Amino acid sequence: MATAPASTNGKKEIVIEARDIVVGFGSHLVLNHTDLDVYRGEILGFVGGSGAGKSVLMRTIIGLIPKRAGTIKVFGVDMGEASDSERRAVERRWGVLFQQGALFSSLTVMENLQFPVREYLHLSQRLLDELAIAKLEMVGLDASVCNKFPSELSGGMTKRVALARALALDPEIVFLDEPTSGLDPIGAGDFDTLIATLQRTLGLTVFMVTHDLDSLHTVCDRIAVLAEGKVIAAGTMETMLASEHPWLKSYFRGKRSRAGYQPQGKAAT
Amino acid sequence: MVGGVSDKTLLDDSVQGSHLALVGAGAWIAVNAHGLEASIQALIAKYPSVKKVDIDMEHVERLDTFGAWLLERLVRAFKARGCQTDVTGLKDDYKALMDELRSVKLEDAQPRTGGQAFNYALHSIGENIASVGNSFLAIVNMLGALVIAWLRVAARPHTFRLTSLVHQLDNVAWRAVPIILLITFLIGCIIAQQGLFHFRKFGADVYVVDMVGILVLRELGVLIVCIMVAGRSGSAYTAELGSMKMREEIDALRTMGFDPVEVLILPRILALIIGVPILTFLGSMAALYGGGLVCWLYGGIDPDIFLSRLKEAIALNTFQVGMIKAPFMALVIGAVACVEGLAVKGSAESLGRQTTASVVESIFLVIVMDGVFAIFFTSIGM
Repeated sequence: MATAPASTNGKKEIVIEARDIVVGFGSHLVLNHTDLDVYRGEILGFVGGSGAGKSVLMRTIIGLIPKRAGTIKVFGVDMGEASDSERRAVERRWGVLFQQGALFSSLTVMENLQFPVREYLHLSQRLLDELAIAKLEMVGLDASVCNKFPSELSGGMTKRVALARALALDPEIVFLDEPTSGLDPIGAGDFDTLIATLQRTLGLTVFMVTHDLDSLHTVCDRIAVLAEGKVIAAGTMETMLASEHPWLKSYFRGKRSRAGYQPQGKAAT
Repeated sequence: MVGGVSDKTLLDDSVQGSHLALVGAGAWIAVNAHGLEASIQALIAKYPSVKKVDIDMEHVERLDTFGAWLLERLVRAFKARGCQTDVTGLKDDYKALMDELRSVKLEDAQPRTGGQAFNYALHSIGENIASVGNSFLAIVNMLGALVIAWLRVAARPHTFRLTSLVHQLDNVAWRAVPIILLITFLIGCIIAQQGLFHFRKFGADVYVVDMVGILVLRELGVLIVCIMVAGRSGSAYTAELGSMKMREEIDALRTMGFDPVEVLILPRILALIIGVPILTFLGSMAALYGGGLVCWLYGGIDPDIFLSRLKEAIALNTFQVGMIKAPFMALVIGAVACVEGLAVKGSAESLGRQTTASVVESIFLVIVMDGVFAIFFTSIGM
């Protein structure tokens, strides 16, 4: 459902508020008393080393992994305390793009896009079809892929269809788990632009787990960094680049990043 | 529908001559889309001959893709009739969304299949018949590939995957022993009990031993075991190979220069060919034991009498008939399971379909083969 974009709000509204989150598997603590805020209308890039627990925090927020302690509030609703129906109401207001797409393999692209809509709303078949095509065009595909099955799609197309499905119910928040991984640099760049465009058009809040420094430079409003089980820093790219924390230094100013940030660093506002 | 449904009129219309003025209001969002669609379609039908349409969106509080698309559809419908259509008062925030939707082209969509039920029925009958022939060919193809893989391994015995064979034997034979023993034991008991009950009516109690002995050793032992193995191991083979196919593991093997038949299928089928006769032997013994137990406890036939009667009733060839069939049945079960596993396409549904097909087909073929063997053994006097 559409919301007034952030520009109309004077003060930044917090849509996701995670406090003191502890998540562990066995004796190993992945998240150790972590806090994180996500503001309405922003694109938050969430980074951290491989295995640091980025996906774990994302999956904890969307309720796929149980937490040992802490509170998560989404739109002000405490997800731990909420009743089933309250929780479901919140779940309808977010969309998730899984790393591998997680499209339903036995449904066509069209049916994949219509599946959540059909469950929640009683709309005519004609409207469902038209909306599915509109969503496909919004993510840069066209109607010719409608009747294909997920196994017949390329990697980039799978990501786009999965994004279209995440947007099917016009969510207010979208969670993206490494949206540009496995795409070529041009495809990844296009995907970044797409996310930025959709964010503007639909007034989305985007929570993006990523490793892609280019994405961080070009589309993210704010960056949060997870290391040693905690969010060690959150802020704009400038803050990250200015930081003297050794991990941040090697991540944002390491060999691989240098080529990426210099030309775009100037362009960034 | 869930909360947030607006009872307010979302769209008001007023007409002056050939000039139609529409005023939108409220929330044009997903939960209201159903009602909004109905009123938009009604409007389009109600004013077939207007020349100019103005749509005032100033009072629309919220707009999402659902509402925006319906607005776009309204505009398109009037424009298609040659009306001059203007949208005014749209909030700036929503302009980008409308621009995005304006470029959507619906025409590219391929028409949905279906509609012609009769053609579809004919098509699916034809497809099914063709698939029977194709799966027969696929099995023959698999047997050929197995022979080639076998010859290659025979020429270079060190390439044979013994570890894999032992692992499969553990899965299909050793771990199957308890359930096979239990089921065949019960079947033996049931046959003996039914036989006693009916034979007793004409005083032929003791012939139950003949019946149990011949039936179990010639037919039932091997059949029950094969049906169990098809359901237990055949389905597992199909699912394993199918999910390996889905995740491109089989393609990966091929690119490394391995023959999937040699690496994956040969050890599996050999494990069945070794395992099924062993299980058949164990199963037959368990069934005889069950039969003997029931004869003793229920029919009053002492174990001594049972054994001596059994010795008279059956000869070595009765036992051989059952045992000779076992490896052939195993080969068919294994070949069908592997063929179906490799036929899995990309979707989860297809994995389920092929696994079902594997079990049904192999049980069917096992019974057909049993019939063929029965004719063969009778004609050679065994």
